[in-house]
Amino acid sequence: MRMKTELNISDMHLDVLKEIGNIGAAHAATSLSELLQRKIDMHVPKVALVSFDDMFELAGGSENVVVGIFLRIEGDLSGSMFFVLPIDSANRFIRRLIGDPQFDFSTPESIGEIGISAMQELGNILSGSYLSALSDFTGLKIYPTVPSLSVDMVGAIVSFGLIEVSHYSDEVIVIDTKIVEEDENDKSVDGHFFLLPDPPSYITIFKSLGVM
Amino acid sequence: MEMVKTVVRVGIADMNIVREPDTIRTSGLGSCVGVVLYDERRKIAGMVHVMLPDSSLGKGDSINVAKFADTGIYSLMEQLKVEGVRPMSLKAKIAGGSQMFQFGSGDTVRIGPRNVEAVKKELARLSIPLVAEDTGGSNGRTIEFDPAVGTLQVRTVNTGTMEI
Repeated sequence: MRMKTELNISDMHLDVLKEIGNIGAAHAATSLSELLQRKIDMHVPKVALVSFDDMFELAGGSENVVVGIFLRIEGDLSGSMFFVLPIDSANRFIRRLIGDPQFDFSTPESIGEIGISAMQELGNILSGSYLSALSDFTGLKIYPTVPSLSVDMVGAIVSFGLIEVSHYSDEVIVIDTKIVEEDENDKSVDGHFFLLPDPPSYITIFKSLGVM
Repeated sequence: MEMVKTVVRVGIADMNIVREPDTIRTSGLGSCVGVVLYDERRKIAGMVHVMLPDSSLGKGDSINVAKFADTGIYSLMEQLKVEGVRPMSLKAKIAGGSQMFQFGSGDTVRIGPRNVEAVKKELARLSIPLVAEDTGGSNGRTIEFDPAVGTLQVRTVNTGTMEI
């Protein structure tokens, strides 16, 4: 399949993907707020066609060390999903969830099964709520795989989700949602939620919404 | 007069060439493989950040040669030849090819090890000796090569920096 000749991505298409991201993010924010008992906001997503290096920049640069959760999407759609958090934010979330103030992702020997499970569960809940909203909106069947966790450099983690796309192109459509914990003093971004549909799925999404 | 050192950066699916005193660097290698070809005597080196094993996997309209092990290494060698390097005097050092996650779509799970195999195959085909490697595992790497001394620095999140 030759993407570039078959599919011209217009601003309208990107707007449709943005709407999808919006709906998914709203559901995911609600779930995350309930889980953490804190007000979590997800900003209106940014949707863009970017180079792979620019994609890493969105998450702080390819060498930036983060807690990354990766899962694949299967069913009518295929793609990759990443939940990328700075170490500090991930620590704060997991300490709250498991009630262990010593928990620290930057000391690998101390992470333990409970911390890993808690982080994976966070990924499960976020992606599940995001994707069920997406599924309701498009009428497509979408299933997330079990999430997998890695504490490493952004480039090393996120490039794994770009492998499929890289067969077709050197650019990727990224639906990037910023996660912000609402706090009176601190409005810093806590993390990113990336949805990267595999190129053949672009058409599936657009057709399901009647824009192709 | 003191020479100013520049660090030349190589992005993902990208390549470049440096001469001493400059160094060349690529960051956040996961399943990708960083391949360095260098001439010790002329103190010149090229680096390519390979993402996929074989250009026959490309399904796009145009091919970015730096993305694939076969076309990437070959065109890096060609670029070095233009700079006056004889292929006979080239040596290689490589790093990367991790298996970052235990699942993926189809063939992508083992993409790291497959990239390493493809890189070695292409180096063998071009008769370029592989003198050092730090490959495999499940961790990311940032690498920097210094053509003045021929060393490749490999940095990981958990085990710090080492030289190969």
